[in-house]
Amino acid sequence: MSAGRERLVAGYPESLTEQAFHYCPGCTHGIAHRLVAEALDALGLRERTIGVASVGCSVFAYNYFNCDMQQAAHGRAPAVATGIKRVLPDAVVFTYQGDGDLASIGTAEIVHAAARGENITVIFINNTNYGMTGGQMAPTTLIGQKTTTTPLGRVAENNGYPIRMAEMLATLDGPAYIARVSLHNAQAVVQAGRSIKKAFQAQLERAGFSMVEVLSTCPTNWGMTPVKALEHLEKVVAEYYRVGVLVDRTKEVAG
Amino acid sequence: MARIVIDAERCKGCLLCCAACPKEVIGPGKDINSKGYNPVIVVLPEACTGCALCAKMCPDVAIRVWR
Amino acid sequence: MERRLMKGNEAIGEAAIAAGCRYFFGYPITPQNELPEYMARRLPEVGGVYLQAESEVSAINMVYGAAGAGARVMTSSSSPGISLKQEGLSYIAGAELPCVVVNMVRGGPGLGGIQPAQSDYFQATKGGGHGDYHLLVLAPASVQELVNLVREAFDLADKYRNPVMILGDGVLGQMMEPVTIADPVPVASLPAKPWATTGAQDRPANLINSLYIDPLELSAHNAKLIAKYERMAREELRFERYCADDAEILLVAYGITARICRTVVDLGRQAGLKLGLFRPISLFPFPYAPLADLIAEVGVNKVICVEMSAGQLVEDVRLAVEGRVPTVLYGYPGGVVPLPAEILSRIKGEGGANGVRRS
Repeated sequence: MSAGRERLVAGYPESLTEQAFHYCPGCTHGIAHRLVAEALDALGLRERTIGVASVGCSVFAYNYFNCDMQQAAHGRAPAVATGIKRVLPDAVVFTYQGDGDLASIGTAEIVHAAARGENITVIFINNTNYGMTGGQMAPTTLIGQKTTTTPLGRVAENNGYPIRMAEMLATLDGPAYIARVSLHNAQAVVQAGRSIKKAFQAQLERAGFSMVEVLSTCPTNWGMTPVKALEHLEKVVAEYYRVGVLVDRTKEVAG
Repeated sequence: MARIVIDAERCKGCLLCCAACPKEVIGPGKDINSKGYNPVIVVLPEACTGCALCAKMCPDVAIRVWR
Repeated sequence: MERRLMKGNEAIGEAAIAAGCRYFFGYPITPQNELPEYMARRLPEVGGVYLQAESEVSAINMVYGAAGAGARVMTSSSSPGISLKQEGLSYIAGAELPCVVVNMVRGGPGLGGIQPAQSDYFQATKGGGHGDYHLLVLAPASVQELVNLVREAFDLADKYRNPVMILGDGVLGQMMEPVTIADPVPVASLPAKPWATTGAQDRPANLINSLYIDPLELSAHNAKLIAKYERMAREELRFERYCADDAEILLVAYGITARICRTVVDLGRQAGLKLGLFRPISLFPFPYAPLADLIAEVGVNKVICVEMSAGQLVEDVRLAVEGRVPTVLYGYPGGVVPLPAEILSRIKGEGGANGVRRS
């Protein structure tokens, strides 16, 4: 096949700015960013989307997403997104939050946004710890997992049990689409991309609240090489946080 | 023939692409970029099929693929 | 609009709607419940949105989002709820977002009580959240003034891209007085907000943010905010003098306490006492110079600061007086509304002390 007829099969999404990511080498936040941007490009939404960045490693998401952005206080992104959506019902609004932001300080906001069936899309990155602040325990930290605040490993008697947010929110009537995906290999990444696109489609259909919980690595705070961290994601993290679609009340056939 | 281009400045040498590539087209590099990382390099260009698994696994959108 | 008898809390809602406010994020707390209730009925009638949030923390962050999307937006609460909103207010000031926040103050601290008080003065004027920021704080003393200041608050919020607080109290919120609410502002005349996040169509992406990780940028940002507050001090000072031109004893009070003090001045004058009143209406920016000038110009020999708290306004009064004349506090915290006779007898030296009134 001559060079003239070659086709670009993997390029740079329009919904990402040119700025290089600050994330640690091998941190799969960057993959999640690309998947969100690819979904926005595929659905042609960039110019009518407002993203809400949370507080954590992804606090600088507003430098990376090439659309209008608001930076929310820790845990409050779903409330900020609600405020935006109520003012601009035809805009597409998403939040991008980590597990410390969403599952800990922001539990009330996420639960009530879901219970209201708020027509927003939540991209929830679960890497089982607080990354930005140096690897402390999060509500999603697994039993036995060592973090800087569970130095001998998380013990249920002292720190309770990890929370499965996707399942918890799936018990509510407000959500239209909730899925958990992983980024541990290319096949999982492709499936994650489909789910993220589906979540935005749920919002376009005004079907209600949508969330994709994305299992993601944290090589630095897990103390692993990036490749080893992917294995850990698949073999350990994804064992507790099962991948799959928990709620799908959308009309759209799987994209 | 399929080919890939690696943005040496965005690459942090995390090697996820090397693990994902079924044909071992990519390998660790020796050079150091402005941030002090060792970007990966194409070591077996002729073996590339343009499957783009490397680009799917790149956390820094540092790989473009043509087929 | 014609003259109507309205309860303070509800009058706020109608005034806000007339000012073009179409979004209200509320949460129940006495003594301001009638306002969210009113907005829940009225806003849908004018194509607006009333949403009850899961907490005051969430409500103020909904205000952040709505303001960032370019809307005229409001929230209200009372003391404990306003404490929960402090983080959000710091972010709103940091991100330079316009909004109006109403605090119908009640006795504190802690769960406190539901009776009126003025013990949130520090929180409102010195900044209850983190960082160097200020709310523009306006203190009405009647339902008509409440309505007027709410109307102006939305213009001031847009003028400065800053939160504006209406500092009321349980009395103002619950009392009914005849009011005239000015005609609704035409929506088309509302100021354009090109900075708002409405979707980056045919323009670069907009950002609403208060994070400046580079200290040089953050200090420059602080300098910009400080200049804003200095401009407020130049252009937004509001106060009122009553019988002050020949006053020997000057009462200083704001809000409902100032109305009580007007009666004290009248009663005192009848009893031959040369009493006068200085009423700050803008609590931030505080009218230091006008108060200091009055004391110098008129030859006041004693200043009495009357407030429904353990002494917060009195600190700003002392800053204005700078020790030139004795300044004393008549403080009534905890939801006790002082009676004119009680204050007058104290002025006459017939006893009475700060704190709970002896029944």
